[in-house]
Amino acid sequence: MSWAWFHRLGSPKSFFFWSKRWARPAFLSGLIILIVGLVWGLAFAPPDYQQGDSFRIIYIHVPAAMLAQTCYFALGVAGIVSLVWQMKIAPMFIRAVAPIGAVMAFISLVTGAIWGKTAWGTWWVWDARLTSVLVLFFLYMGIIALQNALEETALADKATAVISVVGLINLPIIKYSVVWWNTLHQGATFTLTEKPAMPVEMWLPLLIAVIGFYCMVMGLALWRMQTIILLREHRTQWVKQEVTDHGV
Amino acid sequence: MHPLRRKRLIIIIAILLILSSAVGLVMFALQQNINLFFSPTQIASGEAPQQATIRAGGVVVEGSVKRDPQTLYVSFDVTDYQYSMTIEYLGILPDLFREGQGIVAQGSMMANGVFKATQVLAKHDEEYMAPEVSDALKNAQSKRVTVTESALSY
Repeated sequence: MSWAWFHRLGSPKSFFFWSKRWARPAFLSGLIILIVGLVWGLAFAPPDYQQGDSFRIIYIHVPAAMLAQTCYFALGVAGIVSLVWQMKIAPMFIRAVAPIGAVMAFISLVTGAIWGKTAWGTWWVWDARLTSVLVLFFLYMGIIALQNALEETALADKATAVISVVGLINLPIIKYSVVWWNTLHQGATFTLTEKPAMPVEMWLPLLIAVIGFYCMVMGLALWRMQTIILLREHRTQWVKQEVTDHGV
Repeated sequence: MHPLRRKRLIIIIAILLILSSAVGLVMFALQQNINLFFSPTQIASGEAPQQATIRAGGVVVEGSVKRDPQTLYVSFDVTDYQYSMTIEYLGILPDLFREGQGIVAQGSMMANGVFKATQVLAKHDEEYMAPEVSDALKNAQSKRVTVTESALSY
């Protein structure tokens, strides 16, 4: 198997031009898909037989929670790549994606609290699922804080890569928290092996919203990567050429 | 793979394995604290601490909810289908509280074996349904019951 594509994407220059092509289509298609999913879910999908309309917050809560975990998984992989292969692009990726993941974790915590108040009767309870997602949010905040606290870029990159990798342990805990312990939070809405326990006119808009969130986040991440690459590579000839040709 | 990279990869995997087994052991030891509530069986068998504030969880038994018409006082039974226990509560119940639904109550056991709750939370599952579908299911169920009943009467 050829790893040439992998090494090509690892060079900041080719990644920059690749992401320049894909950032806008990813973001815009994500935006359109997300609008379709949300309008369908919030206005046209049937209400729940017990929770009524308040269950519609699922169309934001579940995608945000999935993205928060996926972004962290990506950070962990980038952390391993950065520590083992020491590719230049990996720490830039961590720096680009950490704030996005933090926002997603924050959205899922806030929407979860609002949903919890209407469904369970409380904003917050220290059950395993809620607590482990809060830990995920703190991991993100720790990564962002560390990036900004350490003056020396090489040291900051190494430290954040280590946290990203170690924090991977939290992901299976989040996923299986509702299985291993008894919690107030219900089980998983989407699993790969089973059909979702709701009718198609409920889960289809949810699936569309999830795909929309993924595409939008991909676009955002690519844009952030471009900015970070320009900042870090500003001494190279190709960046000077790029800036004089196209502006910033 | 380059030997240096292989060595670094092995070190990282080893650190991850050691850390996750440490975290696993800690969570196993703290299992009782991580579990949000005790089931009626655990309380009946004395696993839950006595005279302390605990959470109890179970399914509200059908037909067991008694409300005081004058006050917000309510009493009901919860079960895990092995043991059941009575819970007393004075306050506003969550909207999702109903018979046959899971709840989690915070409070303590009194000497007479009744659980006095200071907070009642409703659990719900990941099964969402449109109201028409649930009505149709209920109708089908009651029809089946009448069919069996009429079959029995012959």
